[in-house]
Amino acid sequence: MIGVLQGVAMLTVGIFGFAVVLNRDPLPQAMVFTFFGGSLVVLFIVLQAPDVSLSAIVVGAMAYPLMTVLTLAKCRGRSR
Amino acid sequence: MKARTRLALFAIPVVGVAALLLWSFAGLPSFGHYRGPYGNEINAQAVPRRHTTNAVAAVNFDYRGFDTIGEEFILFAAVMGVSALLRLQRQEHKEESPLEHARAHASTEMADSVAVVCMGLVTPFVLLGLYIVVHGHLTPGGGFQGGVILASAFLMVYLAGRYITFRQLSPKGLLDAGEGSGAGGFVLVGFVGMLAGAAFLENVLPLGQSGKVFSAGTLPVINLSVGFEVGAGLLLVMWEFLEQALMVRS
Amino acid sequence: MDVMPYVLAGWLFVVGLYGIVTSRNFVHLIMCLGVLQSSTYVLLLEVGYKAGGTAPIFFDAKPGPTAVDPVVQALTLTDVVVGVTVAAMLMALALQTHKRTGSLDPADARIMAG
Repeated sequence: MIGVLQGVAMLTVGIFGFAVVLNRDPLPQAMVFTFFGGSLVVLFIVLQAPDVSLSAIVVGAMAYPLMTVLTLAKCRGRSR
Repeated sequence: MKARTRLALFAIPVVGVAALLLWSFAGLPSFGHYRGPYGNEINAQAVPRRHTTNAVAAVNFDYRGFDTIGEEFILFAAVMGVSALLRLQRQEHKEESPLEHARAHASTEMADSVAVVCMGLVTPFVLLGLYIVVHGHLTPGGGFQGGVILASAFLMVYLAGRYITFRQLSPKGLLDAGEGSGAGGFVLVGFVGMLAGAAFLENVLPLGQSGKVFSAGTLPVINLSVGFEVGAGLLLVMWEFLEQALMVRS
Repeated sequence: MDVMPYVLAGWLFVVGLYGIVTSRNFVHLIMCLGVLQSSTYVLLLEVGYKAGGTAPIFFDAKPGPTAVDPVVQALTLTDVVVGVTVAAMLMALALQTHKRTGSLDPADARIMAG
């Protein structure tokens, strides 16, 4: 049976995953993707996986946003 | 092809994929009723036989260490791919003094509070990264997580506005050497097992007492080498991206 | 109702695939790929979950059958870090494509014309 905490965590992950796809502009999408990573971390903790949630925290907080923003900064201001 | 055609061509198979997924999910054991024997066996045997209190690390580096070598080399190849893709092209040149360029194009001032906080966080991040790497076989953690934290410690220097200091603190040759020695160290530990007469990557160092830092044989050594490899690799990737964004002009 | 957690993994998979197919921007595409990858992590961890189970760390707990499966956690843990490095390589590809064609739109990247 699903507990209340797990049900809420799964619902949040599903909603944020859909929000990541629906944001077509990459810069706002990067911010929503960080929220998606955060909800994924909560789901991993609730599913009793501390190692995996530690991986997801460090990756979602440091690596993903930095490389996305740097790519967008380099690719900005070029004429089509 | 147009976007609407692509969407129509996608809609029909995805319904089929969704139906197949639902059918397969109905065949899985219901959520919470774990059936398989391997998890229970490893949970029962990891502490007495391997003297490690982190069963996940025991699976990663001891029972299935060969798969982790494969994963580590995927990371190594991806870092090599980034280095190769972002090399300096013929029609590009590197800005000689990015400081002058930055001052000429500065639109916002770097806030002092951001700089102070980021510089203050460098040492705690290094300590935290080393702690998580070294205690990987005791508590949740290990080489992969600790390596990313070690890389982000150096990135804090860049976030404080000190890009030149960041370049001086992490010279590319040292990062290359660190990454290579981390990846090679893992394979070398495997060969040590073969030299001792056992199989490749078998745990041949003394197992010690579970709960202490020097326990579980080869696990701390492998954690250290993986931590160096992941940290140096991710730092190299960020180095390349930062150089592209800040210094390379065509 | 006991199949609902797995439906989350299927939902993330389909949503990520939809994002990749209908994407107009390479960076958007790479993040949708990240959503797709996380659907596999969720499915793996849910398969190994035990109702009322604890984490498979025995630093201050007695080892026994009450802990959840550590094998799937070991698989997922390395995958998360390796996945971000592969995404970095894809971003480098997108950057180079932008340098040659001037836009991040997949529809404009027709370099193989002669």
